[in-house]
Amino acid sequence: MVKKVITGNYASSYGAKLARAQVIAAYPITPQTSVVEKIAEFVASGEMEAQYIKVESEHSAMAACITASQTGARTFTATSAHGLTLMHEMLIWASGARTPVLMTNVNRAMAPPWSVWADHLDSVAQRDTGWIQYYCESNQEVLDTIITAYKVGESRDVLLPSFLTLDAFYLSHTYETVDIPDQDEVDKFLPSFDPPYKFDVEDPHLFGSLSFPHQFYMEWRYQISLSMEKAREKILETEAEFKKIFGRSHGGLLDTYRCDDAEVVLIAAGTMASTIREVVDWYRDKGVKVGLARLRVFRPFPVKEVRELAESVDVIGVLDRSYSFGYGGAFFAETAGALYNVPDKPLIKNYVVGIGGRDVTPDTVSGILNNAISLKDKGELDQEIEWIELKEGGD
Amino acid sequence: MFKGYKDLPCVPMTWDTTLVNMTGGWRTYKPILDEEKCNKCYICWKFCPEAAIDVDDELKEVPKIDYDHCKGCAICANECPKEAIEMVEESIED
Ligand code: SF4
Ligand code: SF4
Repeated sequence: MVKKVITGNYASSYGAKLARAQVIAAYPITPQTSVVEKIAEFVASGEMEAQYIKVESEHSAMAACITASQTGARTFTATSAHGLTLMHEMLIWASGARTPVLMTNVNRAMAPPWSVWADHLDSVAQRDTGWIQYYCESNQEVLDTIITAYKVGESRDVLLPSFLTLDAFYLSHTYETVDIPDQDEVDKFLPSFDPPYKFDVEDPHLFGSLSFPHQFYMEWRYQISLSMEKAREKILETEAEFKKIFGRSHGGLLDTYRCDDAEVVLIAAGTMASTIREVVDWYRDKGVKVGLARLRVFRPFPVKEVRELAESVDVIGVLDRSYSFGYGGAFFAETAGALYNVPDKPLIKNYVVGIGGRDVTPDTVSGILNNAISLKDKGELDQEIEWIELKEGGD
Repeated sequence: MFKGYKDLPCVPMTWDTTLVNMTGGWRTYKPILDEEKCNKCYICWKFCPEAAIDVDDELKEVPKIDYDHCKGCAICANECPKEAIEMVEESIED
């Protein structure tokens, strides 16, 4: 093991190298570019044995990864914002074809107006594509998640693609100390990809062709849904196994902090969780019972964990760094949906924050916590959805 | 064959190959190869996106078009350097 001070983007590149990704197909987009630039260096210098395919778009990058995966190769790509949304068709193809492609997505706002800063709409908008989605908080988590996500996605029970996300600049371009595990330890943890069916000229089959309504299209979709369910257990199991070898873990699907006796809990994803952790400590020092539940995995959604959390808290504030125009942020809607059928629900409020990369500061978090605590005292919501630190203007 | 989600393979596929898909019926224009003009360069074989042109193992014969699978895209006719492939409109009578 060596320690290096690297960006979140480079942590992705090192992760792909340690996982021995065999095919990389990627197209550059700010702020993701240095992920694939570093991998290009690794391949050029011979440090990484991989086919590096230069493509003309992200749509082609994903198509190349899917087909390479169908031959039995471990594949990796990285993208951001418009790149990810251009892939949308192929993302659905990847899960449909049961190819455990792995991708880093640097969360960046969608234009117009142009913005290259942190915002979760790009990845949240891929909710229904059948991809496992991890939201990272640190560069170490980025590297570790690449290694564990391959193991989860490639397991025969799951066989689904996964992406992990990094907030633009907060992780992508920020240097942190990262433990780079030894290659032989990673090799022991992560065996090579061995799909049950693959493209083979000696044993040809028909893949993905027409399925009539009376045939099995619906059943194949149901199988994906079953595999997504199994991914929950597999994520926890794999993290526990990783911890045994490497001594670290990152909180499973819902990473809770000081939630045990909490009356007010904030649910949030990505780097703002680090700020919330800090502010939770300040409140705890004053004896105020608040906590943080970091949504680490958005798909599959941690339904069981959210329900357990809700049993003992009075107010849940859900922070969304994206918005579904027409009704609420997705993390809020999913949390509320998961709790609808349980008795004794806490109050649930949606705080829309940090859109387009606006900084979520300790003051922002304090403001939200103070509001959530006031809801607990009143026993009712002031409003269901609130955009935080919005500039009002006008008269 | 398969009955439901419990016995389906986890990847959407069948045990058959693409040969079972008879796509020749999709054709509007049919490629007709003139054996006299053909110089057996096999460029048509290389370009056919449907692998619907067969060549013999010894590479002695003129290529054979597999009309059960040829979709009539005319790429072979376009690529043939000898203009040995003519696209002829299919007729209902044939
Ligand atoms: S491309 Fe033309 S000349 Fe060459 S093998 Fe085909 S038909 Fe014959
Ligand atoms: S018309 Fe198209 S499909 Fe048919 S043989 Fe020629 S290239 Fe192949």
